[in-house]
Amino acid sequence: MQDSGISVLFMGKNFLRLLEGLWVTLRISLIAVLLSIPLGILFGMFMTMKNPVSRAVSRVYLEFIRIMPQLVLLFIAYFGVTRAFGWNLSADVSAVIVFTLWGTAEMGDLVRGALISIPKHQYDSAAALGMNKIQTFGYVVVPQTMRRLIPLTINLTTRMIKTTSLVVLIGMTEVLKVGKQIIDANRFDYPTAALWVYGVIFLLYFLACWPISMLAKKLEKRWR
Amino acid sequence: MELNFDFMVKYLPWYIDAAILTVKIAFFGILLSLVVGVICSVVQYYRVPIIRRIISVYIEISRNTPLLVQLFFLYFGLPKIGIVWSAEFCAIVGIAFLGGSYMSESIRSGLESVEKSQIESAASLGMSNALTMKEVIFPQALAVSVPGICANVIFLIKETSVVSGIALADLMYVTKDLIGLYYETDEALLMLVVFYLIILLPISIIASIIERRLRYAGFGN
Repeated sequence: MQDSGISVLFMGKNFLRLLEGLWVTLRISLIAVLLSIPLGILFGMFMTMKNPVSRAVSRVYLEFIRIMPQLVLLFIAYFGVTRAFGWNLSADVSAVIVFTLWGTAEMGDLVRGALISIPKHQYDSAAALGMNKIQTFGYVVVPQTMRRLIPLTINLTTRMIKTTSLVVLIGMTEVLKVGKQIIDANRFDYPTAALWVYGVIFLLYFLACWPISMLAKKLEKRWR
Repeated sequence: MELNFDFMVKYLPWYIDAAILTVKIAFFGILLSLVVGVICSVVQYYRVPIIRRIISVYIEISRNTPLLVQLFFLYFGLPKIGIVWSAEFCAIVGIAFLGGSYMSESIRSGLESVEKSQIESAASLGMSNALTMKEVIFPQALAVSVPGICANVIFLIKETSVVSGIALADLMYVTKDLIGLYYETDEALLMLVVFYLIILLPISIIASIIERRLRYAGFGN
């Protein structure tokens, strides 16, 4: 019964449930991205400050967040923080916190890269034209960094969407979990359901990320 | 916060076994992904018709889906059409599937950075295509590709943390097990972090040294 598995997807509300499951992770990544963009911009500016303390602090933060697998960070937030401080964080709150911390670090590094890519003579020229600091920032720095940053930020969004799939491992009911429920419920009637359900989830993630990646690629090419 | 050191000593062997598994999967996965990456990038570089299209589809698919979903498909989905692989093999294939595209992009950017005049010079010296690739393009491309490859290696090692999702007893799995069994959360998490640092820190330091060396090499010419 090779072709019977696919019909499971169209029974009852199964397909809708899968989409709802996908939305659970998409919502987390969306919130995390929206929070990390402003925080990351601030963090990036903080990193480029000449103050050695701010450099050291931001460096340690960035390196720690970067070197740890995101799943480890999730475990620390979900199991560790709950225990250490007695806070009762739900899985989705800890996921938003972790992915915001991670996104802030990554975004901050992108902002730092964009800021230091502006050669010094640009600042000198702006000063020679009599611009003050705010004008230099608004008319010289921001327009140039934006072109570099926007495609990279869009890419960060797809990375975020892909990484939030991990939340199933701290017990959230998202698309993979819903898929498993559907498979288990139909284990005896449709033994091949797993292939189709996981295949569709695969496709759904692709459809969520691919257009965003394409957009980033296009913008990157146009603004190079 | 008081740590239970007896507990940590008692379960140290669990973590060591788990770390060995993580390293093993990462090692074979990365090795395979390098092979896939070299093949894909060379095909794309020479613009081999048809195969090139297939490879670009593969790259898009692999880059735009999470490893966890790829693993679930490999481990739970494929057995339904008769392809039954062990969890460990699935993990290695998954890492190679994911890493292949990232490696391919890094290597390709290196290959494309080699100027055309180099290839023409090689041709005028009577070198064959294969010889040009081996002696002229590849060594120069490698210098450009290596920082990207190093970044991918670190990324892929981190990604192996996901394999606990298909019931492989890696560091994440052991940690979750111990938290569930004994509720020694702080100790288990501390050991998890320490073990990942032991694996990742040396590699990340080596990577940054290599990167710095290569950057200096670039200045000379």
